[in-house]
Amino acid sequence: MEPLNNKQLSTPKLYLLTGLILLAVGLLFGISGAIQYLVPDYLKEHFSFEKIRPLHVTSILFWIILGSTGGVVSYLQQYNNQKIKYPFLLKIQYLIFSITILTILIAYIFGFFGGREYWEFPPILALPIAIGWILFIINFISSVNSFRNQPVYIWMWMTGLVFFLFTFIESYLWIFPYFKNNIINDMTIQWKSAGSMVGAWNMLIYGSSIFLMEKISSNKKHGHSIVAFALYFTGLFNLLFNWGHHIYTLPTYQYIKHISYAVSMTEIILFSRIIWLWKDSVTTAKKHFHYAAYRFLLAADLWIFLTLLLAILMSIPAINIYTHGTHITVAHAMGSTIGINSFLLLAICFDILHDTCIPIAVNIKWLNRGYWITNISLFIFWISLIIAGILKAKWQMSASPEPFSVMMLQLRPFFGLFFIAGTIMSIGFYLILYPLIKNQIVCYINQSKIK
Amino acid sequence: MASDLQKTTVAVILIASFLAYTCFLYMSLPIKSYATSNACIEGKKTWQNYNCAACHQVYGLGGYLGPDLTNVYSKRGPQYIQAFISNGTNVMPNFHLSNNEQENLIAYFKNIDSSGKSDPKTFFVHNNGTIEQ
Repeated sequence: MEPLNNKQLSTPKLYLLTGLILLAVGLLFGISGAIQYLVPDYLKEHFSFEKIRPLHVTSILFWIILGSTGGVVSYLQQYNNQKIKYPFLLKIQYLIFSITILTILIAYIFGFFGGREYWEFPPILALPIAIGWILFIINFISSVNSFRNQPVYIWMWMTGLVFFLFTFIESYLWIFPYFKNNIINDMTIQWKSAGSMVGAWNMLIYGSSIFLMEKISSNKKHGHSIVAFALYFTGLFNLLFNWGHHIYTLPTYQYIKHISYAVSMTEIILFSRIIWLWKDSVTTAKKHFHYAAYRFLLAADLWIFLTLLLAILMSIPAINIYTHGTHITVAHAMGSTIGINSFLLLAICFDILHDTCIPIAVNIKWLNRGYWITNISLFIFWISLIIAGILKAKWQMSASPEPFSVMMLQLRPFFGLFFIAGTIMSIGFYLILYPLIKNQIVCYINQSKIK
Repeated sequence: MASDLQKTTVAVILIASFLAYTCFLYMSLPIKSYATSNACIEGKKTWQNYNCAACHQVYGLGGYLGPDLTNVYSKRGPQYIQAFISNGTNVMPNFHLSNNEQENLIAYFKNIDSSGKSDPKTFFVHNNGTIEQ
């Protein structure tokens, strides 16, 4: 049997490659959107912000979804030491996703919307995504030989798969009048699903990261340990019940807010563990820092620390009334999607794609530069958003606030910093992405020639 | 090492509680009762079709380029809103909405406005960290 992580452009690798291309495209849309904060009438008439924002968000969202899928399938195959049960279903799923994503992006360019925040496309396009995901669940369940005595990452993948589908369907309940005809009902359910959905894809990514960590450290015991399962259940508890922190200021039921506040505070357990293991992490870092994949795991560790600290603070209602609706929320979202999700997915990509055609080691200098540029500029980007958020919070709480446009002008220096840091960060990402994407494409061309 | 039975028990309890919570929430709708007109329902469609949430917020949720519009109806009035929609601003393009779409959108703003207040200054902070309006 051929080794699974070989030099062929297999379907799981194709998921990762498409995800990486979407990340590259999403960064471009992100820069374009950031310019509009500084020069508001830039492209205003033909490519205005209501188009740019969903183009950016959707590209990044599908980078996360396709990257997670590629990671889960690759690692499940490595874990089972055999191919996924129905490779053709995986190909059909890929085809469905690719066509749908392309259709969505084209729809945005031409100004066809009809959906809601994060899923702005016409609702009919949600159907192929749900069908593709169901195929994924069928394939996954059929490929896991037995659910007895499985490590934590199998539990996490299963949880992520099921809850992504559940929350995705829930996010479309608004099409029924029972939910949509009352703004408070609608927003409560919208943010119930959106809040839990983030937890669902985090389960997929964190599960793959634990698998990768075990692989690097050659320690297979961690995935079965009580600590790993205790942390998994803490994460699951938060996925299921902490979504209410998004809607503390919405006049919805008080019990939703109280449950969310109490559950969110259990994240302190996760936070304390990071501090507790800090010394061990530094020692391990020194040992494995030469692995590109490990480096991104380490960077994500730092971002988990920063983002979790911010998330815990924002989950306290008394603090949330200041941060809600400000750029502090954006800082939290950027810290999570870039610093945690994207870095973990890049670690997974480097592990799975590193030896395709041309070894990544050839480009190690550029990778190093990209790594440091991305991390340092992301920190500046994050800080500029937090400062802009603090100033907006001050404005929101002012007894006699100036007009919105005046406040936005006062924030402009921080938007400038955010734009510069964002552009440099994107350059850093391109230095990382270029060898990864190029390798896969060269490989694909070589395969085609042989055929 | 925890046994499969122990792990499954914890998972079942958590998921069953979640499903019960979800069903309870779905069945206890509407959270707040107030009149909803056809124009408002159509206005919501307009809001979604033009992706207004990319720039504007309702109850602090949405985009950050434009202002929160939860209570724009009571603060500014329908004429002010109509002037903005029909002319655009130096940031917002003129979307060339039909008269009907403009009226529906204003009806939607009126409906949102009647659902509550979004101003964070209207909240009272308790010592235990909870808030109340």
